[in-house]
Amino acid sequence: MKGAKRIQAVNDFVVKFANVNGSGSASANELFAKAVMRMGVPVSPRNIFPSNIQGLPTWYEVRVCERGWSGRRGGVDMMVAMNPQTWDADVAEIESGGYLFHDSSRPMPPARFREDVHVIGVPLTEIANDAYTDARQRQLFKNIIYVGALSALLDLDPAVFERLFAEQYKGKERLLDANLHALRLGREHVMQHVAYPLGLRVRRADAVGDRIFIDGNSALGLGCVYGGATVAAWYPITPSSSVPEAFQKYCEKFRVDPATGQHRFAIVQAEDELASIGMAIGAGWNGARAFTATSGPGISLMTEFIGLAYFAEIPVTLIDVQRGGPSTGMPTRTQQSDLLACAYASHGDTRHVLLFPEDPHECFEHAAAALDLADRLQTPVFVMSDLDIGMNQRLCRPFAWDPARDYDRGKVMSAAQLEEAGAAFGRYKDVDGDGIPWRTLPGTHPTKGAFFTRGTTRDPYARYSEKGADYLYNMDRLQRKFQTAATLVPQPVARPAARRTHLGAIYFGSTSPAMDEALDELGREGVHIDALRLRAFPFPPAVLEFVEAHEVVFVVEQNRDAQMRSLLVNELGIAPARLSRVLHFDGTPINARFIAAAIRKTIAARHLEVARAG
Amino acid sequence: MTYIAKPPLHHPTLQANRVGYTRRDYEGRVSTLCAGCGHDSISAAIVQACWELDIEPHRVAKLSGIGCSSKTPDYFLGASHGFNTVHGRMPSVLTGANLANRELLYLGVSGDGDSASIGLGQFANALRRGVRMAYIVENNGVYGLTKGQFSATADTGSRSKKGVVNNDNPIDLVGIALQLGASYVARAFSGDKEQLVPLIKGAMTHGGAAFIDVISPCVTFNNHGGSTKSYDYVRQHNEAVSRIDFIAPGEEITAIVAPGEVAEVRQHDGSVLRLRKLHEDYDASDRYAALGYMTQRAARGEIVTGLLYLDPLATDLHASLNTCATPLAALGRDALCPGSAALEKINAALR
Repeated sequence: MKGAKRIQAVNDFVVKFANVNGSGSASANELFAKAVMRMGVPVSPRNIFPSNIQGLPTWYEVRVCERGWSGRRGGVDMMVAMNPQTWDADVAEIESGGYLFHDSSRPMPPARFREDVHVIGVPLTEIANDAYTDARQRQLFKNIIYVGALSALLDLDPAVFERLFAEQYKGKERLLDANLHALRLGREHVMQHVAYPLGLRVRRADAVGDRIFIDGNSALGLGCVYGGATVAAWYPITPSSSVPEAFQKYCEKFRVDPATGQHRFAIVQAEDELASIGMAIGAGWNGARAFTATSGPGISLMTEFIGLAYFAEIPVTLIDVQRGGPSTGMPTRTQQSDLLACAYASHGDTRHVLLFPEDPHECFEHAAAALDLADRLQTPVFVMSDLDIGMNQRLCRPFAWDPARDYDRGKVMSAAQLEEAGAAFGRYKDVDGDGIPWRTLPGTHPTKGAFFTRGTTRDPYARYSEKGADYLYNMDRLQRKFQTAATLVPQPVARPAARRTHLGAIYFGSTSPAMDEALDELGREGVHIDALRLRAFPFPPAVLEFVEAHEVVFVVEQNRDAQMRSLLVNELGIAPARLSRVLHFDGTPINARFIAAAIRKTIAARHLEVARAG
Repeated sequence: MTYIAKPPLHHPTLQANRVGYTRRDYEGRVSTLCAGCGHDSISAAIVQACWELDIEPHRVAKLSGIGCSSKTPDYFLGASHGFNTVHGRMPSVLTGANLANRELLYLGVSGDGDSASIGLGQFANALRRGVRMAYIVENNGVYGLTKGQFSATADTGSRSKKGVVNNDNPIDLVGIALQLGASYVARAFSGDKEQLVPLIKGAMTHGGAAFIDVISPCVTFNNHGGSTKSYDYVRQHNEAVSRIDFIAPGEEITAIVAPGEVAEVRQHDGSVLRLRKLHEDYDASDRYAALGYMTQRAARGEIVTGLLYLDPLATDLHASLNTCATPLAALGRDALCPGSAALEKINAALR
C-alpha cells in the first residue's frame, strides 16, 4: 500500500472474519468479541452462516462501538481472510484505507491484493504446524493463534484473554494452558515481526455497564422457564432449534427435583410442525403452559391448528424465529416476513396476538408475557423474533424478574365456582363484557363444566350449532376479545425527536439498534423524526395517535411487501400515502446507513420539510 | 334424530357402580349417526366398559379427529371433557393433553380416514412414543361424511357402493401398531359387543399405548356385496384368536377354566386379563409372531380379531421423560419459576 491513508479509529470499527464452516472458528471469534467487551467496549457480533455443516463459507462480523450502536454498520475496516474460496469478495469488501489480515504461509500473487488496503500477513499455518502434530489441533489452535495476533494488532489487553480462558476451562487445566500457549504464539509473532498496534485500536472504556451478552434464542428458552411453560413440543428448523434446546438446558438446571431426579417439564421433539403445535394445544387445553418454536415453513404447516386454537379458544404460545422466505427461502438469513402469515394465520376470519422483541432482553420478557397473555386471552400468542436477534449474541439490559410476580392463569373455573354457577355456566358466554369467556379444565368437577371442545360452530354453552345467530355471537365476541388484547399487550415505545417535526417513523423487532443509530445520524444532519417502536399486534390506540400526529410516517421493516405497513393500513384505516416504505430484505440485518439513505432519498424525492419551527 | 331431546330422568332401578354412577351417567347426547351404524355400537361398548370399570366420568378425557367416528365422543361420556380436534391430528393433541395431566385416562377415537389416510404420521408416532391411551379406530373403510369415498384401509379389490373397485393396497393399522411398539394391540368387530367391551376395558387400564382397530360397518356407504367391511362379510370372515375376560384389581377370580387353554395376565394397575385361546398356535405375548400370523391370515382374507399382542408391564411416555408425579398442569409458580436470585446469577455469568 503506497500513500493510501490508513483508517484510524479507536473503539469504533468493524472486523469481519471470513472462515470455512466446521473449522472451529466460531468459538475463537466469539472469544475475540468477548475480549473487546471485557475491556468495557460494546460489541455486536453477527454470524453470517450457510445452511450447511462443513466446508462452506461462513463469516463473523464484529462491530466495535464505544457509543453502543449495535446494529450492523455496513462496511468492513478489517478483514480476517481465512477462507481462500471467498478471498476476492472478502478483499473487495474492505473500506478504502482498511486492513487485510491473512495467513501468509503460502504466498499470494500481488494481483489478489488491493493497493488501498493495508495487508498484515501472519504465517498461521506454519506456526500451527510447528507447534502441533495432530491435524485437528493444528486446525483448532490456528484459530486461537489468529486471535492472539489480533490481540496485539488491535491493542487488546492479554490479561482479559487469560481471564476468559480461566473461566471457560475451569478445572480443565490442560486445555487452559494449551489455549494460552496458542494465543501467545500469535501475539508474539506479531510483536516480533509486524508494526503494531494498527490504526484500529481498542482502548479500555466503561461503556458496557451491567449489560449482559446473550443470544435471543437462549433468552427465549429462559423466558419460557421463568414464565412457567411445562410442555414444549418442537420440530428442528433453523433458526429456531436453539430455543427448545435452551429451554431444555435451563429446565435441567432449574426444574429437576433434587430428591427424586424427576422433571417438572416435558419436551417432545415431534415428527413435524403439525404435531408440535398439536401437542402444545393439547397441553394448553388441559391446563399446562405450553409452547412451540419454529420458523416460517413451520408456521405454514401449523396454520390449520392455529385456526382451531383461535376458534376453540385454547392458550398456546408460538415462537417464530423468522428467516428469509417464502418456501425454504434463505434459511440462514434474517427477515421480518412472517407478519401477515402470523397475524391472520388460518382460513376463515382470524386475528392473532403478535409480540415483537427488539433484543434478547425483550425475548426473555416477551416469552414470559406471551405465556400469561395466552392464558388470559385463551388464544395463540406469537413471539416474533428473527435470526438476527435469535442466533447472534447481543449486549442488552440484564434480565429482571419481580419476586412478587405470579402467573396470570386467566379465567379458569374452579370446582367451587362451577358449583356456584350451576346451569348458568356457559363455556363461550361473555359474562365480563371483555370478550373473554371462562373455561374449565378436564377433571375439575364430577358433574359440572364438562364440554366438547370443537372447531365447529357452537352456542355459548358449547353445544354444536349451525345457527347464524350463534355464529355471529361467537365471531363478534372473538373480535371483542381481540380489542381487549390491545389493552393487555406491551405498549409501543416512543422515541421523540429533539425538535418538533411532522415526520414520523415506525419500526419494530431487530430493526431497533440500526434505527436508533440512523435517527441519531439524521438528527445531527437536522432531519428530525419522531419514532415509535411497536411491540405488539393488535395495535394499542397510541399507534393511530402517533400516525395522525405526523404527515408522513416511514415504516421501516425487513421484508419486500411492507407487511407491517399493510397491517397498519388494514387495521387502523390509515391512508396508505401517509405511510412511506423503508424496506430491507436481502437477508442481511438492516443497518443504519441503509435506513438513513432511504429516508434521505424519500425526503428529497417528495420535497418533505425536515423540521418545523417551534 | 337430533330434535329428540334425551330425557334426563333416570330409571329408578338402574344399577349404580362402585363409584355411584349408573350407566346413564356415562352416556352422551343422542347420536346423529345413521341408524345401524357400527360406531353407535362402539359408543355403547365404551359406555358399558367405563361403567363396569367404575371410572368417574370426569376423570376421562376423550379426544377425536374429524369424521363420523370423531363425532361419537359427543354421544358417550357426557360428563367428560372432549376435544374434537382437526382431521388426522388427534394423536398429537392427546399426547400434549396427556403430558399436561398424567392423572386422567385418555380415550382417543378416530376413523380409518382420520388415522390411516390423513393422519398416518401422527398415528404412527403417538404409538411409537408410548403415549398412555386407549386409541380406538372405528374402521369402516370409507369416508362417511363426504359420502362414501374409499379410505386407506379399504381392501384391494373391494367395491364401493357406486361400483368403483379399489386398486390400492390397504394400510393395516394393526400391523403398523405392532411394528411401532404399541404395547396393547387388538382388533374387534363392532357387532360383537361381548368381545369388544373387555378389550376396551383392558385398553383403558393399560399402562402404555393401547390400540384397538374396530371393524365398524358403514350401513349407508359400505354395507353392500363386494365390500369387505360389511356386516355380512365381517361375520363370515371373522377369526377370533382369543376371548378375554377383564378382571378389575382386587376382584375375586371365580370362574374355573381348564388349565392350558387360559392365560391370566396381570397389568401394571393390578387388573387381570384372562385370555382364552381360541387358536392353538396363537401367542399374544410375541409381537413378531403376532405380526407374522396377522399377515398370513390377512392374505387368506381372514379378519383376525381378539387381543393380538400385550405387554402387560408396558410403561409410557411419562416414564421415558421422567416427569414428576404431580400433573404438570397443577404446578404453580413456586415449582416452576427459578426466581430473581437465580436470574441475578445468570446475568452475572453473561458479562
